[in-house]
Amino acid sequence: MRRSINILANTDWFTVIIYLILVTFGWMNIYSVNQFQAVDKWLSTDTRYTMQLIWIIVSLGIAIVIFLIDSRFYSFISYPSYALSLLVLLVVIVVGKEIHGAKSWIIIGPVRLQPSEFAKVATVMAIAKYLSGYNIKPSSLKNIVVTAIIILAPVVLISLQPDFGSTLVFGSLILVLYREGLPPWVLIFLFFMASLFLAWFVFTPLTILIILTIIAFIGFGFINKLPKNILGSIGIFVGFLGIGFLGRKLDLLTMDSYYFFLTVLMASVVTFFIVAVSKKIKGAVIIILFLISFIGYIYSINFLFNTLLQPHQKDRVLVMLGLLSDPYGYEYNVNQSKIAIGSGGFTGRGFLKGPITNLKYVPEQSTDFIFCTIGEEWGFLGSIAFILLFIGLLIRITIIAERQRSRFSRIYGYGVLAVLFFHFAINVGMTLALFPVIGIPLPFLSYGGSSLMSFTILLFILLRLDSTRKAYLV
Amino acid sequence: MMDQFSNRKYVIVILIWLIGFIFSIRLLYLQVIDTTYRLSAESNSRRVEIVYPARGLIYDRNGKLIVHNQPSYDLKIAPFELEPFDSIELCNILNIDIQTLRNAIKRVKENPKERRNPFIKQLSPETFGQLKEKQYKFPGFYFSERTLRKYKNEIAAHLLGYIGEVDSSDIKKDKYYELGDYYGVSGVEKTYEKYLRGEKGRRYKFIDVKGHEQGSYKEGRYDTDAKSGQNITLTIDSELQEYAEFLMKRFEGSLVAIEPLTGEILALVSAPYYNPSLLVGRIRDKNYDMLKKDSLEPLFNNAIMALYPPGSTFKTMNALASMQEEILFPNTIIGCNVGYYARGISMACHIHSTPLNLERAITNSCNAYFATVYKRFIDNPKYENWETAYNHWRNHVLSFGFGNTLGVDLPSEKYGFIPRTTYYDRFYGKHNWSAHTIISNAIGQGEILTTPLQIANLAATIANRGYYITPHVVKEIEGIDTLNRRFLQKHITTIDTSHFKTVINGMDGAINSSESTTTLARLNNIVLCGKTGTAENPHGEDHSVFMAFAPKEDPKIAVSVYVEYGKWGARFAAPIASLVAEMYLNDSIAPNRRWLVHYLQTRELNKN
Repeated sequence: MRRSINILANTDWFTVIIYLILVTFGWMNIYSVNQFQAVDKWLSTDTRYTMQLIWIIVSLGIAIVIFLIDSRFYSFISYPSYALSLLVLLVVIVVGKEIHGAKSWIIIGPVRLQPSEFAKVATVMAIAKYLSGYNIKPSSLKNIVVTAIIILAPVVLISLQPDFGSTLVFGSLILVLYREGLPPWVLIFLFFMASLFLAWFVFTPLTILIILTIIAFIGFGFINKLPKNILGSIGIFVGFLGIGFLGRKLDLLTMDSYYFFLTVLMASVVTFFIVAVSKKIKGAVIIILFLISFIGYIYSINFLFNTLLQPHQKDRVLVMLGLLSDPYGYEYNVNQSKIAIGSGGFTGRGFLKGPITNLKYVPEQSTDFIFCTIGEEWGFLGSIAFILLFIGLLIRITIIAERQRSRFSRIYGYGVLAVLFFHFAINVGMTLALFPVIGIPLPFLSYGGSSLMSFTILLFILLRLDSTRKAYLV
Repeated sequence: MMDQFSNRKYVIVILIWLIGFIFSIRLLYLQVIDTTYRLSAESNSRRVEIVYPARGLIYDRNGKLIVHNQPSYDLKIAPFELEPFDSIELCNILNIDIQTLRNAIKRVKENPKERRNPFIKQLSPETFGQLKEKQYKFPGFYFSERTLRKYKNEIAAHLLGYIGEVDSSDIKKDKYYELGDYYGVSGVEKTYEKYLRGEKGRRYKFIDVKGHEQGSYKEGRYDTDAKSGQNITLTIDSELQEYAEFLMKRFEGSLVAIEPLTGEILALVSAPYYNPSLLVGRIRDKNYDMLKKDSLEPLFNNAIMALYPPGSTFKTMNALASMQEEILFPNTIIGCNVGYYARGISMACHIHSTPLNLERAITNSCNAYFATVYKRFIDNPKYENWETAYNHWRNHVLSFGFGNTLGVDLPSEKYGFIPRTTYYDRFYGKHNWSAHTIISNAIGQGEILTTPLQIANLAATIANRGYYITPHVVKEIEGIDTLNRRFLQKHITTIDTSHFKTVINGMDGAINSSESTTTLARLNNIVLCGKTGTAENPHGEDHSVFMAFAPKEDPKIAVSVYVEYGKWGARFAAPIASLVAEMYLNDSIAPNRRWLVHYLQTRELNKN
């Protein structure tokens, strides 16, 4: 099957050029933020811009090494690298260095590495490997469960560090499954879970219970479509409701409204279940299961929210939903970020001239809030140009993914897309105060060796696979 | 290739564009449409120049200028406007080494607090002159003008107080202040800060990205002028203050002189004192540290903050209270057996003629007399019990302003201490104390504590025959018609005017009679009434205390003097008080009394 191929001629230079522009642009912004960090100390590794330059050079070296290796190798090492990354994630929990309250770092001599960044690459590879396997379809429940386990294993280990932002990134891989044919009901199910999660913050348990009941009736209506059955089910519920109110009137039921409603609902459900089974009513059992499992889900959100999230992360979610006022806490960052971006105006203040950037009003400006600097110094024009450039990269990756002949390469391509897209959307959305502050970097631009190297590896493995797309059908 | 889900790629592409579209709309809103965020950052394109007002001047009661201002210039660095310059030349002008300059530039670049950051504060006028000429050579360096205090006679440091830089807690308390502002930290500068500070002016300037001025913002519509602070006239007589400081130079202690009729403080000295110019300008921090470390605590204002037992001066107080309660009468005669001895307690007295009536008991400062009277007071059957008796006595004492701040217009005045019955209950047990337990109060020892200001106020109250006006140091504030009503209001004591006659005669006798022990305080043609005291000092030699007023009829000045380790009242405190009173009343010292100055400067003073 092998044809001799000129690798360089088949390399997607368009992507490489966007990559180089983004990395250079990121470095310029890091330089602007830290331009006064040390005077006359260009060669000192104390400064972030010098460090980032070193990381860029290292990353380019890695990119070249990736191109020197046979592209079939990447499919081959998918599972081993995935296993290795899980092992390292385990190690970091034990011996990791705690920074900002999370044990996310491994220190080897002068180098600090964040294994969770590299775990993203390995997980994308493992999913691509699994889903490209013989007779594997994302429509089968068994395959979905296995994929979910591949994704959740690193998520569980990272949430032990804990690093909430990084765990969310893995959720983006649903996009890959969607492209590979995830059935719509799974998506609806996930969407429903997410909505319910948000509803849990906003509404009282009683309200949610009533909403769930109404949805159950509507859902039953859609599935069954027989007015007799629908009216019957409503009749049972209203009947129990009436008995309940009577009991309340006679002081026999002295519970609060939520438990009152729950009791009435459960009595109706049990009765209806018996009727439905005896009369073989279509769809009733599914709806009842749906209702009961989501009531259970509400209870578990309570548990998850209180045990999984750090207090500051809870606050962020609550502030974002407008349920908590926090003028000096994390909103300060977001507000400063908005001021910095807003002050850029149409054309920006010019390179190295952003006072807010230079005065460091925005914390973490080299890392998670690097987009502020773009907004302030390059203005609306520069920001739009950057967004178009990044969208160009993402669209280009979809094109690359779509033109792959091997399923492994295509799925891997969509994995790359999902991770980069998620980072881009969440990071920029956070600086624009559209999403809660989740500490994840802007790919290729944010300061940090681990993220730059892992994104480089992620992208260049795809480019390497793409360069030989005509040669192999792995 | 067979791929039934191929169409889903369009959904993904649409999703990507959707996010891009949302971001673009948001950016359009933040950066182009909504200007509020740009305005928040506008302080960066609009420079505010603060114009600092001159602080109010301070005059003495005779209209003599004692505190005024001199211009001072701070050098500031604007880190974003720096361009290469001749650093050697700058260092030579500023007389600093190059490393200091480098460090400063590095510091403001790494951690700039504002556009212009303080570099060297309070340049000398010469340095300023040199640098101003060459300012064009050093882009990014700016001056900001302020004024510094300048003292005419360098007197009354404690009373005037000093000026320091505000800290973050002050800024939080009062929005007027910004980082780097100065304000009154102590003394009159603190109490009258709101009048003295004036109002800062603001000039709004447009600047370009390089930080160069591009004219005034909106034609100066928002500019405000600086308003100078209001001038203040003190009640202090600067010549008397200077003379009192000269007399107290050698000692530790304090001197307070009050005009009884008005409560105006004529002189207020806390010794050791310091030159107020030491706490001005660049030398302030260094000198402040030095003064702070001094074991004699020159920064501490003894006159209002030191607590001493009042000693025998307090016998006048006890005599007045006892007469008011009709326990003591001018003709009450009590014998003295060179002391007071009863049931296991003994209180020594010195040798004097006996028996004595009240007037001569004050003249001779007889301990036995006042101990007996105090016991009669506390154990008097007319009261339900001795707690009630004690409370009657205490109320009289409180009416003279003891046990509380008098309310002088200086910061950190101390309360003093006149115990409540509960204090003795706690100390000895309820009902487990009696007249004998607290007999030391009779002669101003024991648990009672007073400030020198309170003793001067006692002298003033006796001089006024029964009332006092809250002592104060400010007579007039420019632009304000009437002084604080507090300083016009009479505080009438619980003692009838008629009772003061005997006490005053006793105080007259203490100085001017043949039985006087305090002849050093005797003036030629003026009747000075005084009372010596000895404040027990557990740490060494007792303190010399004296209070006096003069003339006897129509008093013009009341004085209290504390000389620490001065042994007894007549030794140091009395001559000092008499000289101050004489100087104030006669404007000179009679030739036959001039030797006293030499005496005060040479008489042996032993701390142990």
